[in-house]
Amino acid sequence: MSVPRFWRKQPQRYNLIGTKCETCGSHFYPPRTVCPQCRRDGKIVEHKFKGTGKVVTFSIIRTASEPYNYETPFPVAIIELDEGTRMTAPVVCDIEDMEIGMPVRATFRKIVADGDSGMIVYGTKFVPVK
Amino acid sequence: MREVAVIGVGLTTFGEKWDTSFRQMCVEAGVKALEDSNVDGNQIDEMFVGNMSGGRFVLQEHISALIADAVGLASTRHIPSTRTEAACASGGLAFRQAYTSVASGMSDIVIAAGVEKMTDVDGGVTTDALAGAADREWEGIYGVTFPSLYAMIARDYMHRYGLTREQLAQVAVKNHYNGARNPIAQFRKEITIDTVLKSTLVADPIRLMDCSPVTDGAAAVILCPLERAKEFTDSPVQILASTQATDTIALHDRRDISTLDATVAAAERAFKMAKLERKDIDLVEVHDCFTIAELCAIEDLGFCEKGRAGIMTEEGETALGGRLPVNPSGGLKACGHPVGATGIKQVCEVVEQLRGEATGRQVDGAEIGMTHNVGGTGATVVTNILRRIN
Repeated sequence: MSVPRFWRKQPQRYNLIGTKCETCGSHFYPPRTVCPQCRRDGKIVEHKFKGTGKVVTFSIIRTASEPYNYETPFPVAIIELDEGTRMTAPVVCDIEDMEIGMPVRATFRKIVADGDSGMIVYGTKFVPVK
Repeated sequence: MREVAVIGVGLTTFGEKWDTSFRQMCVEAGVKALEDSNVDGNQIDEMFVGNMSGGRFVLQEHISALIADAVGLASTRHIPSTRTEAACASGGLAFRQAYTSVASGMSDIVIAAGVEKMTDVDGGVTTDALAGAADREWEGIYGVTFPSLYAMIARDYMHRYGLTREQLAQVAVKNHYNGARNPIAQFRKEITIDTVLKSTLVADPIRLMDCSPVTDGAAAVILCPLERAKEFTDSPVQILASTQATDTIALHDRRDISTLDATVAAAERAFKMAKLERKDIDLVEVHDCFTIAELCAIEDLGFCEKGRAGIMTEEGETALGGRLPVNPSGGLKACGHPVGATGIKQVCEVVEQLRGEATGRQVDGAEIGMTHNVGGTGATVVTNILRRIN
C-alpha cells in the first residue's frame, strides 16, 4: 500500500479510533462516515475503542502473497469489539491456541514491512487475554 | 419490459491456456456463440463484457473496445460495448446488463461475454489481484487472502452447524465427478475424499482441494427478444428472471458470517420475478469458489434450511441423478474459474442442459435451471432463472 494511502488513516490504525453515530448509537470500526441505518439523519463523531473483544471466527494463513509470505503461518480473525462492531485483524498467539470465543485485546504492532528498505506498516493486532 | 431469450452459447476450453491470448479467447467464444445462434455479426446491436482485472492480469484496461475491435464490430459497425466489473460476478453483471438492454427495448440482439486471462502473471500477483475483491484497506492490509476469508466462513459454519470435514470434501468429490464428464473442464479427473483431506492446507480449515483453480477462459451468449428467437433457433431458452443484490464489501460487516444475505435477496427477487417455487428448479449452477461456498449457496438460495446442505451433499441429493443436481458442469472447482467468465459460463451450462445437449452429464428432463454468481465474499450476487421453450 502506498505511503499516503496508509498515512491518512494512521491515527485510526494506531489508536483504534473509529466512529459512532450519535443518532442511533451504533459504533463503527473500521470507521464509517455514513451510518447505514440513519444515513443523512445520522450524526457521526470520532470514537476511541477500548480495544477489548473476542474472536468470532479465524483462519491460519499458510499461503500468502508478498510481502506477507515471510511470516506464514499466521492467524487472522474477525474480532467483535465490546462496543459491538466487528473488524478483521491478525492475532499474535500460538496457532494451536486459537479458538472461537477467545477474549482478546488490541496491541500496537508491526503489520508488515515492504522489503528491507521499504515502508514499515504498523497498526493493531490482537493478543489473547489470559 | 419485453420477454428475453438466450439463442446461442459459446465457450473456450478452461485451463492454463499458455498458447492462447486474452483477445483470442474472446474471439473464439464469441464466434462459437454466433455460430450456435445463426446470428450474423451485422445483426449485433450491443455488447457487454464481464472482466474482473485485465489491468492486473494482462496490464490491459479498456477491455470493451479491445474485444469489440477483435471480433470486428468496432471499426465496421461501431456498436456500443461496455465492460462490467464486480470481481468474480463480473460475468453475471454482463449477462444481466444484456438482459435489461433487450428487455427495455434499447437493443434487440446483444452479446454478453466474460473473459479472464489469469496465468500470464505469477501466482503471487494473482493472489493479490483477487484480494482486491475484498476491502483492501481494512482486510487486505493484514495479509488476508481469499482462501482465508472463505476459511473464516467455513470455521464459523462448522462451529455452528456441526458440518464435518468429510461432508465439506464431498462437494469437491462431486464436482470433480461432474467435471470429468465436461469436455471444457480444467480438471477432467475424479477424486476421492482422501484426495481432499490429504491436500495441502492453504488457510485452515481450507485445503488446496477445497479451492477453485486459477484459470484462463472465455464464454459468450447471444440474447434477443423472445418473440424473435425462433428466427434464429429451434431451441431458445427463456430468461424468467435476472436479479442482482449487494452486501457489505468486508466479510466482518455481514449480519451473519456464514449467510450470504445478497444471495438470499437476489434469490427472493428471482423467484418472485419468475413466479416459481424452489421445487420447480431442475438444476442449479452455483458459485463454488470454495467448497464451503457451495453449501452456503444451496441454503441461501432457499433449497434447504441453514445447516442442512452438508447432509444433502453427503446423501447424494446434489449429485447427477439426485433430487437437485448442483454444478453439473463441475462447478468452479473442477470446470475452472476464469473469474470474469464464470457468470456467463454458468448460463452456457444451464442452456446446454435445458436443450438436452450436455452429453455425459445431462440432467434428465431438465426444463428449468438456475445460476448463482458471487463477487468477493458475497458483496455482489447475480441469480438467473432460465426455462426451455418447447
